[in-house]
Amino acid sequence: MADTSNNEKSTGGSGFSLLGLLRRPEAGAAAGFILVFIFFSYFGWDKNFLTPLGSSTWLNFASKVGIIAIPVGFLMIAGELDISVGAMIPAGGIVMAMATNQFGMNIWFAVGFTMVVAGMIGWVNGMLVTRTQVPSLIVTLATLFVIAGLNAYLSKQIAGTTQHSVPDAGIVSEFILGDYHSWIIGEGENSFTIFRSLQSSFFIWIVFSIVCFYILHVSPWGNWIFAMGGDQESARNAGIPTNGLKIALFMLSAMAAALVGVTEGVLANSASTTTQFGMIFNSIICVVVGGVLLTGGFGTVTGTFFGTLTFGIVFQGINFTSFDKDLNMLFIGVLLLIAVLMNDTFRKLATNASTKKKG
Amino acid sequence: MSDTPVIELRNVDKSFGPIDVLHEISLKVKAGEVLCLLGDNGAGKSTLIKTLAGVHAPTRGEVLVDGQPVKFSGPKDAQNRGIATVHQFGGTYPLMSVGRNFFMGEEPTKGFGPFKVFDRKTANKIAVEEVQKMGITRITDGDRLVGGLSGGERQSLAIARAVYFGARVLILDEPTAALGVKQAAHVLRIVNEAKKRGLAVIFITHQVMHAMTVGDHFAVLIRGAIAADFRKGEKSREEITDLMAGGQNMADLEASIEGYMETHDGHPPKVSAAE
Repeated sequence: MADTSNNEKSTGGSGFSLLGLLRRPEAGAAAGFILVFIFFSYFGWDKNFLTPLGSSTWLNFASKVGIIAIPVGFLMIAGELDISVGAMIPAGGIVMAMATNQFGMNIWFAVGFTMVVAGMIGWVNGMLVTRTQVPSLIVTLATLFVIAGLNAYLSKQIAGTTQHSVPDAGIVSEFILGDYHSWIIGEGENSFTIFRSLQSSFFIWIVFSIVCFYILHVSPWGNWIFAMGGDQESARNAGIPTNGLKIALFMLSAMAAALVGVTEGVLANSASTTTQFGMIFNSIICVVVGGVLLTGGFGTVTGTFFGTLTFGIVFQGINFTSFDKDLNMLFIGVLLLIAVLMNDTFRKLATNASTKKKG
Repeated sequence: MSDTPVIELRNVDKSFGPIDVLHEISLKVKAGEVLCLLGDNGAGKSTLIKTLAGVHAPTRGEVLVDGQPVKFSGPKDAQNRGIATVHQFGGTYPLMSVGRNFFMGEEPTKGFGPFKVFDRKTANKIAVEEVQKMGITRITDGDRLVGGLSGGERQSLAIARAVYFGARVLILDEPTAALGVKQAAHVLRIVNEAKKRGLAVIFITHQVMHAMTVGDHFAVLIRGAIAADFRKGEKSREEITDLMAGGQNMADLEASIEGYMETHDGHPPKVSAAE
């Protein structure tokens, strides 16, 4: 008996075995990313898919979806959805634009103000969901349109237009919030490009991902988020402030979406009230491709990160290949289906990790 | 062991608006004792549990902990006083590891200030140790997902968790209801183990056999009132089953089965009596 238990401990504890690696929840997402990457590297070779400039195309796109996908993933792990992000992106841009133009705020005050407004909207979402027990899909679908309506109405009332110009924010602020970055080592013919024309949002995404990884997987709060999606009643019985935590998650997703709006606004020096319905689906696709379970209780930040990269490649990659561009949506649909089926398999592997040890 | 009951209800009533769910419930449990609450579905068991666990405040009557009247401000308050409830489905999270399940809400951390880190190693180590102490030797890896465990093991994990976090009163809500015979035996062993450790156990069930295996004291709940209150050995299994079903029904059923057997060469009907 003592022997077998020791053996089990060593196989369970090592974690370096191939099977152990495959059992990790993000394994499916990472494998999918590698496959898609190789696929497009091959078919997009002639059209510079792999060059620094080419990579920036899909990395920039992925970064914006990714900043939203991670908090949406948090909510999904906690058993909720947030559709209202589609209207929060333009809301972030125009609130920032109006704060600088109409109210004469300094850019960083304007960003802070935007975050406060976004936080308040997230709080309302969270309160509605936790107080009414109406499914968050419906609640945020309603607030999506409410925010979209407010975007257009308030923007016309306050600024008289739906297209705002955003003044230059100064070198430092632009550098952090919205600019193109390149890093080239060496001069002239010997120069080597590390990256080229990456937007600030890419770096924000990386930092944000690391912070969120800490929250979900390292800090004790992550446990609570999983528990809420796993079994809300039990989580509440265990003394976890489920309502407060859920409200905080809605605030986080609203603020993340607004942040994307801000970076877009600073980058393009303009902000518009157009609701980005596409981003709603994009963020959900990234999360699901990343292995987060739609019913909650399971998922990782790393998985969402890889899911976003995969989605970014598939969404933009077709432009680098000789395939017909009209097939783009079809590619994404197929990707989503494959990802869901694959994640299901990986999850079964993870839960059944024990049965094999019975003997 | 002192004679003061760890938890006691005195003439507790609970109504939701015009509907009276509990009438004049009085019961007490001492340390190292198992009280079995028997009752059919709808007898008010869940409401009683929730009153004991601090979810509901009693409409009338009082709750005493260690002989002192208390008013729970909520489930967390009851927990802080050492009253732990383990629900039917164990309060475990299938897609989380054993270690994380065990420490849910009470995560061990290392690091300082706001940079707290969930201490996975310690959590796993303690969780596995504690679960093994309760007699579940099959759990050896704290990283295993709970979804891969059997129902009995999940239930045991939840009980071990409650014991570890200093529970003095363990309320078990139908812990054996959804389990097979072997798994149920497992859970019953753990109930015994908890009793040996000096916990007061309130064991809610409608399976008389399970109750009789571990119980010291029995209370039968019918339509929100305690219909019978007796100690171990004072009543037979048939009498208890009878009581739970409201007496007459069960006797009628028995008579009809006997009638069937007389006309069928002593064979009972195909549908066997509930075990």
